[in-house]
Amino acid sequence: MSDKENLTRHGSLSPFAVGGRLAVIGGVLLVSALAFAYAGGWLTPNRLTPTRMVAALADRGGNPLGHRRNHSKGMCFTGVFDANGAGSRYSVAPMLVAGRYPVIGRFAIAVGDPDASDITGRVKSMAIQIVSPNGQEWRSGMNDIPFFVVSNPRDFYELTLAQDIDPATGKPDPDAVKRFFATHPDSAPFAEWAHTAPWTSSWVDQDYNSLDAFRLIDAKGASHLVRWSMESTVAPTPVPHAALASMGPDFLEHDLVRRVADGPLAWHLVMTFAGPGDPSNDATKAWPPDRKRVDVGTLIVQKSEDEADGPCRDYNYDPTILPTGIAVSDDPLLAARSAAYAKSFDLRAAEAADYPRTARSTGDRP
Amino acid sequence: MRTSAMRTAPERFSALQRVLHWLMAIMVLTMLFIGVSMVSTVKPRFLTLISIHKPLGIAILVLVLLRLGVRWKLGAPSLPDDLPPAQAIAAKLSHIVLYALLIAMPLIGWGMLSAGGYPIVLYGPLHLPHILPHNDKLHAILLAMHIALAYLFFATILLHVGAALFHALVRRDGVFRAMAGIGPRYQCGLRVKPEGLDFGNTMDRSNLT
Repeated sequence: MSDKENLTRHGSLSPFAVGGRLAVIGGVLLVSALAFAYAGGWLTPNRLTPTRMVAALADRGGNPLGHRRNHSKGMCFTGVFDANGAGSRYSVAPMLVAGRYPVIGRFAIAVGDPDASDITGRVKSMAIQIVSPNGQEWRSGMNDIPFFVVSNPRDFYELTLAQDIDPATGKPDPDAVKRFFATHPDSAPFAEWAHTAPWTSSWVDQDYNSLDAFRLIDAKGASHLVRWSMESTVAPTPVPHAALASMGPDFLEHDLVRRVADGPLAWHLVMTFAGPGDPSNDATKAWPPDRKRVDVGTLIVQKSEDEADGPCRDYNYDPTILPTGIAVSDDPLLAARSAAYAKSFDLRAAEAADYPRTARSTGDRP
Repeated sequence: MRTSAMRTAPERFSALQRVLHWLMAIMVLTMLFIGVSMVSTVKPRFLTLISIHKPLGIAILVLVLLRLGVRWKLGAPSLPDDLPPAQAIAAKLSHIVLYALLIAMPLIGWGMLSAGGYPIVLYGPLHLPHILPHNDKLHAILLAMHIALAYLFFATILLHVGAALFHALVRRDGVFRAMAGIGPRYQCGLRVKPEGLDFGNTMDRSNLT
């Protein structure tokens, strides 16, 4: 039986009515498909998507295939977190209960080129994953800056575009970053820091800050707004920027390997509690220095490893992977970091062939 | 095949089957829209959406297994005997695809997160074990599958909705009513299946809505 016969057989409906009803069905399907397309961003090409963010990060020079799209050059480390129990008063996080918990982490510099020289790493970072015995995880990505450069993902994207290579010249537009800072006054404190903060030749002598705010949730369900820091136990040794140039491209790695060989390295994890009016959603604003601080434990770095075949390689240090007892704040950077880190991870996992898992010995790099 | 079920093929799906169908319809559409939204935004809703996506996916996996069990027990109404064979085959195939996706998508998502080394948090401290080893190549394969099958899923649902509305509005043959509980009854009188007509029997259990 052909469709036509079928329709007419079921029709007390006139061919005209059948056509109208088919049009209704077609309309329902079209609207559904359009709604789906809208949800997916295809109808709004200006939407800032993780894909666009990560593509902009990857266009700052170098070949990022197989690597993180930001903080692309780094080293793995392993160690433990010795919680002293002081954090338990403010959070039910299992890894803040007094005890020792395994850590896989990573030191890096905030560059897009995995082969960049360390002298280009104005911002250094530490990422950690702490695992509790019941399988909960706390991941955190922290930077050695006192506040972040922007407060929202759109500004971060524009600042990244300003650093991107212009295909016509093969270099970034030298004025683009200046233009960005001239038009974004919230970013002025960072620019000031970048120009004046002393450089050092080590990851080890730096403090690393969460920058974004989080909430600690205690046993009564009360919430405490905090930022946290990994505070170094090694005094920083300032090095003139010009002097770093003579130290070769991988001085941070050499320094780390040498120091770990001498013994474990320690940082104190310090929670800083917000006072009244301290912003939870603006990482460009430092909180006043007199805020309550609680040392909740010590990170002990016991071993450093090359990233190519190291334990940190295949982890995404998404700062929103949190245990019970720690929650995100309303800082808009957190969701953007989570979304973009996931995209970066998805890309590099699929590009694993571009980043062989072969250990290179220290000093091999050109 | 249980011949007894064929002879007594119900006119409509049982109330439990209808509840499961419509509940899962809402859940699956929510899931697909959440999925396609969350991967295209960097706004705070990203975190909300992804925190719903994981437990909702596992809930769908649990419900589809329950639903298959109920269906195996209670059967399903037969398709109209006068349904053109091409449409009957399309109905059968699309329903097999839908069931396969209902099972595969949550498992692939679960496996993908396992291979990515992510904790699989459902709610608070409640999390699932990893079902695959931490492996980046595995993660990449499963992610590609999760995305491709999500589009196939949505396309198949559109086909399913289009066919359901065609039954309801054009053919008016009682197929829509069998799941909706409302809608046109079969127009040409009682649906008496001719004895021994092979076509009717093979289609008997194919209306896997």
